[in-house]
Amino acid sequence: MKIHIPNSVWLGNIDPFLRGFDSSRSRELKITFNKKWMSIHPMVLSMIASLGLTVNSSKIKCEKLEAKSKHYFERMKLFNFLGIKSDMSIKEHEAAGRFIPLTQIKNSKSLTKFITEVTPLLHLEPKHAEPIRYIMSELIRNVLEHSLSRQGAIVCAQYYKKSNTIRIGIADTGVGIWKSINQSHTPKNDIEAIRMALTPGITGTTKREGGTERNAGAGLFFIKSIASVNSDFFVIYSGKAMYKLLKRTGKNIKLNADPFDDRHSKQNNLPSWQGTIVGIDLSLDTTQEFSLLLQLLNETFREAIKERKKARYKKPQFI
Amino acid sequence: MIQIKLFKQIGSFAENKDIAREIRLKKLIPALEKNQNIILDFEKVDGATQSFIHALISDLIRKYGNDVLDRIQFKSCNDTVKAIISIVVDYMQESS
Repeated sequence: MKIHIPNSVWLGNIDPFLRGFDSSRSRELKITFNKKWMSIHPMVLSMIASLGLTVNSSKIKCEKLEAKSKHYFERMKLFNFLGIKSDMSIKEHEAAGRFIPLTQIKNSKSLTKFITEVTPLLHLEPKHAEPIRYIMSELIRNVLEHSLSRQGAIVCAQYYKKSNTIRIGIADTGVGIWKSINQSHTPKNDIEAIRMALTPGITGTTKREGGTERNAGAGLFFIKSIASVNSDFFVIYSGKAMYKLLKRTGKNIKLNADPFDDRHSKQNNLPSWQGTIVGIDLSLDTTQEFSLLLQLLNETFREAIKERKKARYKKPQFI
Repeated sequence: MIQIKLFKQIGSFAENKDIAREIRLKKLIPALEKNQNIILDFEKVDGATQSFIHALISDLIRKYGNDVLDRIQFKSCNDTVKAIISIVVDYMQESS
């Protein structure tokens, strides 16, 4: 596999970066970097770190870093995940208020510990902290329950002062969304599987409305909705497909059950990612009260179930 | 009537579905089987995920029908927790 880190990757411009990922020869990994400077989204860091865990460190070739931003990778603990020495000695700063370094979460207990420790680390007021811990908890739990990944979830986050935004990335190298959804539904390709996964009430664990005792098929819809209400980016990449929720235009807030009704872009022919990666931005300037957002969600969710049930009604046969 | 104080088991953020399942199986279902009413006390719980609440109560609505909601009361919920419980209760009834 080959991956090149250009000088800037954020969710708005992530498409060419993903297209450039070479997923062939999965037992080796070569990483190259932009020579001058780099500013990359935590989604990219989580992606590289999780790749690093799937390859023997002796098979990872990491180009010598020349860019000024190399200390950032060290602080985010990327080299630890790649199992290679960075030859850098830096004074580690207190993480509070700025970033959550790459963290591997493999079970429910460590997720609870992570969520408990992470919220105070971010030093946010409740209106900001609530959606962030919600997003992290639900996304990581999705990985633990559905991905079947031996590596669990790789997560990191970064606060960007200039845009007053928290950016979060979560990656796994599990079975991917198509395989997970395909247990109970028949998505024809990766993008259709992502579409189903983002639709409220659809879960890979059952065809039944209301889900199972454990799953309702609501998690990803909630997270996409949090991004939508706040007019933030949300990206999900699995198999050969990527769905990107774009920023809303206009002031009207409308939540859609079908993600294709949202302002979005999509790709269905990217290099294949074995697993799932999610990236999300949360602008702290536009964050809505979480309880208000939940009221909006409730209405959309119920409508979606009603519509799906109606679509399955038998019609009278008039002869 | 039994009252279950959730904070002791789940902390201030209710997200662990395994614990939700355990409470449902070990406390809620046995109480309902004995025809007892239940108070779920969310005091000091400042947030919950939909998946936690789903794991806690959705199967009760499925097993005992919507009327089970007459036998369960949710105490000391803040606005966020109230909203999440309402979502789960609504979609479970919509699905039935």
